[in-house]
Amino acid sequence: MEILLAVMIGTLYAAGIYMILRRSLVKLIIGIILLGNGANLLIFLLGRIAKGAPPIIPEDSKVFLEAYSDPLPQALILTAIVISFGLQSFAIVLVKRAHKVVKTDDLDEMNATDEYS
Amino acid sequence: MLSAILLGFIFSIFLVFAGKFFKGKLAVLSSLVPLALFLYFLSFLPRVSGGEVIRQNIEWVPSLGLNLNFALDGLSLLFSLLITGIGFLVFAYTAAYLKGHDYLDRFYGYLGMFMGAMLGLVLSDNLLSMFIFWELTSISSFFLIGFNNTSEASRKSAVLALAITGSGGFLLLAGALLLGGVAGTYSITEMVGLSDSIVQSEYYLWIVILIFGAAFTKSAQFPFHFWLPGAMKAPTPVSTYLHSATMVKAGIYLLLRFTPVLGGEEIWNTTLIIVGGITMFYAAVHTLFRTDLKGVLAYSTISVLGILVFLIGLGTQYALTAAAVYIIVHALYKATLFLVTGIIDHEAGTRDVTRLAGLRKVMLPVAIAGFLAALSSAGMPPFVGFVGKDLVYESTLQMGSWSIVLTIIAIATNILVLYAGFVAGIKPFTGKLPEGLSKVHLPSFLMWLPPVILAVLGLVVGIFPALIDGPLVKPVVDAVGMAGSEVHLKLWHGFNLVLGLSALTLAVGFVLYLTVKPSRSKERGIARLDFIAPLTLITDFGNLFKSFSNWWTRIFQNGFLRNYVSTIILFLVVLVGYSLFTKHDGIPIDFSSFSRMTYYEMIIMGIMFLAVLFVVGARSRLTAVVAMGVVGYAICLMFVIYSAPDLAMTQFSIDTLTVILFVLVLSSLPKYLSISDYRMKAIDGILSISFGVLITLIALEVLSQPVNKEVSNFYADNAYVLAKGKNVVNVILVDFRGVDTLMEISVLTIAAIGVFSLLKLRLRRDDRELKD
Repeated sequence: MEILLAVMIGTLYAAGIYMILRRSLVKLIIGIILLGNGANLLIFLLGRIAKGAPPIIPEDSKVFLEAYSDPLPQALILTAIVISFGLQSFAIVLVKRAHKVVKTDDLDEMNATDEYS
Repeated sequence: MLSAILLGFIFSIFLVFAGKFFKGKLAVLSSLVPLALFLYFLSFLPRVSGGEVIRQNIEWVPSLGLNLNFALDGLSLLFSLLITGIGFLVFAYTAAYLKGHDYLDRFYGYLGMFMGAMLGLVLSDNLLSMFIFWELTSISSFFLIGFNNTSEASRKSAVLALAITGSGGFLLLAGALLLGGVAGTYSITEMVGLSDSIVQSEYYLWIVILIFGAAFTKSAQFPFHFWLPGAMKAPTPVSTYLHSATMVKAGIYLLLRFTPVLGGEEIWNTTLIIVGGITMFYAAVHTLFRTDLKGVLAYSTISVLGILVFLIGLGTQYALTAAAVYIIVHALYKATLFLVTGIIDHEAGTRDVTRLAGLRKVMLPVAIAGFLAALSSAGMPPFVGFVGKDLVYESTLQMGSWSIVLTIIAIATNILVLYAGFVAGIKPFTGKLPEGLSKVHLPSFLMWLPPVILAVLGLVVGIFPALIDGPLVKPVVDAVGMAGSEVHLKLWHGFNLVLGLSALTLAVGFVLYLTVKPSRSKERGIARLDFIAPLTLITDFGNLFKSFSNWWTRIFQNGFLRNYVSTIILFLVVLVGYSLFTKHDGIPIDFSSFSRMTYYEMIIMGIMFLAVLFVVGARSRLTAVVAMGVVGYAICLMFVIYSAPDLAMTQFSIDTLTVILFVLVLSSLPKYLSISDYRMKAIDGILSISFGVLITLIALEVLSQPVNKEVSNFYADNAYVLAKGKNVVNVILVDFRGVDTLMEISVLTIAAIGVFSLLKLRLRRDDRELKD
């Protein structure tokens, strides 16, 4: 399964970079989102994966009695998901706004800073 | 000694606050600073003449070998006295010269900074601190040359001077580091003792090249001489002080200082003789073609600097004595001539020598000063210039097989220097006073007294050479490695070859002065050769370099995001990929450690893969957004299967929200662009796929390494014990790393405020107009 996940992560990275390299702003955002998903999965996979062993201490115990999956990558990913949501939503609205003001979606036409100020 | 150096800097900082009080009549008081320093250094004269070296060591950054070591020996003392003595006269002169100038305080501030830096340069015994002071003199020179900052020519000259002397500073730093590395110390005193091992080291040639580069740029040697005539754009006191008497001699000082360390080798002597010889003759010839008094003086200064380098190159005791005397001689008469020129410029309003004549009738003391200085520069007995020139001839005559050639060059140069001195010191005062200049009058004594003092000093020292030989010159010669030298300066040597050569120089020079008149047409004539002048060549090189950097910047900073991204990705793939394939024999994958694949997982993966393809290939925005949602949900399912319930919940809600947000603003989002052609897509595709493959390989590589669970185990073991929570992920987020989570919430809040305001912000009128 790990191999399949690793290939999947590679696919997400490749697709993300490909979308970032497009000239459209919307595609750029989609690319960033895909890249973020790939990164999350990468962290998840590298923390080693295990089935049916959530990092939750059983009701009647104070410590883990059985094997448990690593809580640390999960905490990291949880933070990453939330932060990337902040980034995505701001970027989406910014693109909408920029499109309204400069009336282009082509990144190549937006490489000068002064013209629309 | 440190306080003496700092005094100049303290003075200029003081002027920042108290400058306005020093613009008026009080300005002349500022000359007390260099006067006090002059007396302070003069008080060391008996001890230093007795062969003592006064030292002061202050540790600054000892771990880097950077200490404030100061040493006052004969060489340092000579320069210190010149810096403070001429400084005193120039400070006083400036009070009248720039009287009422708006930025007089600023000017004094720069001068004070320069004086401190120059003193630090000649007193430093540590090569690194010497470099710092060296750069400070370049910087203050930059400010002083560009003092008339409203004039474009001034600014250009200032930048040019800074570029040349500044790059020389870099060479000095490089040379200093190399020298320090070879010698194992930055102390110049210690280097003298290690001279043998330094000379034999394999880096000797590099060190010499770097030190030469620094000295030649600073002391305006051919082909770096051209910044000095440009520096004449500075007010005359600056030209007197920096660009004739002190700063340009810093290179000479450096060469003298390192003669005992690096000197005595073929490469050292020959290079200096050749460069000095070319410079002194080339610049001397140039004086024939100038009509601007300061231009004449600038080229004759370069010529004298060439003579000094030439003498250091000869390297005999006689030559070094001659160099020491010549430094004094030149400082006395050239400063006088500059100050006289300043007075003429100030009073008559022109420095064009073809328009000046007969000024002796209106400013007799100035004329006397000019006359005396011109005779001293000519080397007429009984002036000190005669003593200096005698020594030059004597040292060239001692050079064995080359003596004839060297002597002829020296004589030719001296003839032309005489010409330059006469043009600047005598010509404006003789002849008939033109109508336009009859209103000219003598300036305040603050201006005419300093040149008179210097000129008379030149005469007195010439008549009584014993005043300088024992106390001043001998310690210098001792300091440059000729310990135990016998120095006896004499005015009269009897009838010999040297006297004959002197007489020849005087006679030819006088004839030259009478027959060759400075004129505009000659100046234009030489301007035709400008296209091969070093100035043109180096400026062209600078322009070429500028266009090259523009081109370079245009390629690498082109403003296209995707070019940056693809460059980064390309390098990452090539570099990491290369090391991944060369350093290992393939990636050891231990299949047994991997978990089994089940069919439902494979289906989820398949869906996800298809969804990614949809996102990439979609022609409409809606398809892409929905497919992206599918990707998110598939990831969510993977989290569910692999024991991460919290992640699954978060991913689910966030993904839903993202899709909703996208759809909400979709109508106002731009149409889906598809601009790139197939070639572009193919290149990007290959790049992306290789990047994806690289990530996959890295992931597999990392999976084959052992994993460290120490931190995770700490959290798991203590989640309930310390934090009374059973969901370890939650405990980490809200308890162990609670502050981080708080920060995260703040970031989200900021993002939310940003989103809200971007959505609600009403277009300003100009934005709306743009929209229409």
